[in-house]
Amino acid sequence: MGGFFESLGDLFRALFEVFTSATMYGSAVRLGALLAFAAIGEMVAEKAGTINISVEGSLLAGAFTGTLAYHQTGSTALGLLAGVAGGLIISWIQANMSHRLTADQFVVGLTANVLVLGVAGFLNGVIDPKAASAGILEIPLLSDIPLIGPALFGQRWPLYLLYPIIPLTWWLLYRTRWGLEVRAVGENPQAADVSGIDVNKRRRQSIYYGGILAGLGGAFIVLGPIGSFETGIIGGRGFIAIAAVYFGGWRLGGVVLGSFLFGLADGFRLALPSVIANVDPPLEGAMIDGLSNASFLAALPYVLTLLVMYLITKEFRQPAALSQPFIRGLR
Amino acid sequence: MTARTDTLLDPRVRSGLEMAGLYVLSLAGALLLSGLLVAATGNSAFKVFGALLDGAFLAPGRWGQTLVVAAPMLLVALGMVVGVKAGFFNIGQEGQLLIGAMAMAWVGTRWPGPGPLLLFVGLALSMAFGGGWAGLAALMRFRRGVPEVISTLLLVFVAAQFSGYAITADWLLRDLDTTGPTRSVSSAPLDEAIRLPVLRIFGNEFNWGIVIALALAVLLAVALVRSVWGFRLRMLGHNPAVAQKAGVASTRMGSLALFLSGGLAGLAGAVMLAGGSSGFRVTSGFSQNFGWQGLLVALLARSSPILAIPMAIVFAALRTGSGFLAATGVDRKIVDVVQALLVLALLIPPAVQFIRDRRKALAMAGEEA
Repeated sequence: MGGFFESLGDLFRALFEVFTSATMYGSAVRLGALLAFAAIGEMVAEKAGTINISVEGSLLAGAFTGTLAYHQTGSTALGLLAGVAGGLIISWIQANMSHRLTADQFVVGLTANVLVLGVAGFLNGVIDPKAASAGILEIPLLSDIPLIGPALFGQRWPLYLLYPIIPLTWWLLYRTRWGLEVRAVGENPQAADVSGIDVNKRRRQSIYYGGILAGLGGAFIVLGPIGSFETGIIGGRGFIAIAAVYFGGWRLGGVVLGSFLFGLADGFRLALPSVIANVDPPLEGAMIDGLSNASFLAALPYVLTLLVMYLITKEFRQPAALSQPFIRGLR
Repeated sequence: MTARTDTLLDPRVRSGLEMAGLYVLSLAGALLLSGLLVAATGNSAFKVFGALLDGAFLAPGRWGQTLVVAAPMLLVALGMVVGVKAGFFNIGQEGQLLIGAMAMAWVGTRWPGPGPLLLFVGLALSMAFGGGWAGLAALMRFRRGVPEVISTLLLVFVAAQFSGYAITADWLLRDLDTTGPTRSVSSAPLDEAIRLPVLRIFGNEFNWGIVIALALAVLLAVALVRSVWGFRLRMLGHNPAVAQKAGVASTRMGSLALFLSGGLAGLAGAVMLAGGSSGFRVTSGFSQNFGWQGLLVALLARSSPILAIPMAIVFAALRTGSGFLAATGVDRKIVDVVQALLVLALLIPPAVQFIRDRRKALAMAGEEA
């Protein structure tokens, strides 16, 4: 079975090559950032008690409105701002249908996702807006760190918006009265209600926050790394962001870590074909074919996410009132 | 004598009328928004609705086509209903449907045996496989507490990639016929004998899929309301704690509900395949959003199996009608928008009613206290 061991050796060599390539970390950070934008906002919404599956729709809406604004004005900054507005519109629908009216949050979220897909698909066909990538901004010194330096600090500038958002969110959640109330509403809405907090208002606001960040994330992926819009551009990454929130155990650091870990799986998928094509001597064998199979690679982030969720979900205590609607006097 | 002599109508009739008005208003709003979107692109909304109507019912042979499309949508919706009634939100139908279609293709193109038997086995196996795919979510839910909302969604993407792989792999589903100029990247077409028999009425053709779906809708409606099983299922959905105390084995019952939910979606995939979708082949993009749309049908029907029948026909009509949109110059994607807006619009009246009822009840409680 010499062939088997040679093949196995090639497999490890391929993995080594990919994991030491700058290409992979670059893509991983870009895709991880997309997930992090969405997941940080989603975490705030979940802290207040809503599993907001319209985050997928907010991402796509942000990506599309961002593209539209860029198409009209040619300004990346305005595009990002329009992305925020797009995400906010969807979260407004979600928040008011599920926490002002009392429609089921999953039903609303799901329908909102379909709505965005329909509207963006329809208008994209009619208008055919063009976008472009923003310029690369290398942060001195930091971007000289090997491998992760260029990945984290040598990116197109919209990505850097993520970095201040992380401490800002922490401050909002853990150092302001608003954040305390948001967390209270997600843990024990009845008690929060009795102490005079407007439960559903806080929940709506937390969803808006999620929509703003997701919209920004959507606009970032178009106007940062990708530079063009298509309706499949988000392709379920909003759901992976939700998984990242679970992965992170509803703690900010964990959520960010989870986002970048899932981003790594995406980066691996993107980098693998080009990296192993350029290895000398060439890699071959059934295992390499299996590894570089397009379907396998595309499924990898989702499989990994499912696996991680299976392994980790019980380890953390979720917000006690997660996904339970609050109606005063019931329960 | 009574305090309410000033109202002309009995309050119950009045609130009923108000509800009806609210529904009409919401629906009109949804249609108006869709119309505005069409108008914004410089086309005539009336032409669009006319074309939809022609394509769905009026042109020759079209309503048969609408029924063909309605069958899998109804099946997916029924699957959603089973889950929701038990309190589980399985929204991965798009993937379960693909898995079911693949099972059907596997039996139909790789198993030996007489055609009708294979058709039957294929339909049964598609249910089992679709159910098993949803069963993965049940496993994650009951062993580790992973919410099925997320796991079923993620499984959609895995199923899509898996089917994409299967139609390129000779040992799975790929058409082994190498005689053509180029090898097709799809499964082999089902044999004549393994297809769903076709019915012809008034010049319209449709297959047995719609009959199966209607029968299952009625069966499910009866089982939910009249059987002990259905009672337990609904109890679990309404209040898991009470159900547990009353002796409902919540894990077993919940797993069964999720399995059935996925099984019906799997069956929908098999019905699509054996009913002629994509030329009796599993191709890439085979599911054509039927899973998502069937899901919306269930939401629109407010989880009633019987109401799901007309709703499935409405959605199927929008889909078959959209085939006639090309002539008006409007992209058929407008139909997706209309569908989503319809669902959102129909969510509003019951929610408004709920709030009003509660306000009334609270006010009365306040008077008595």
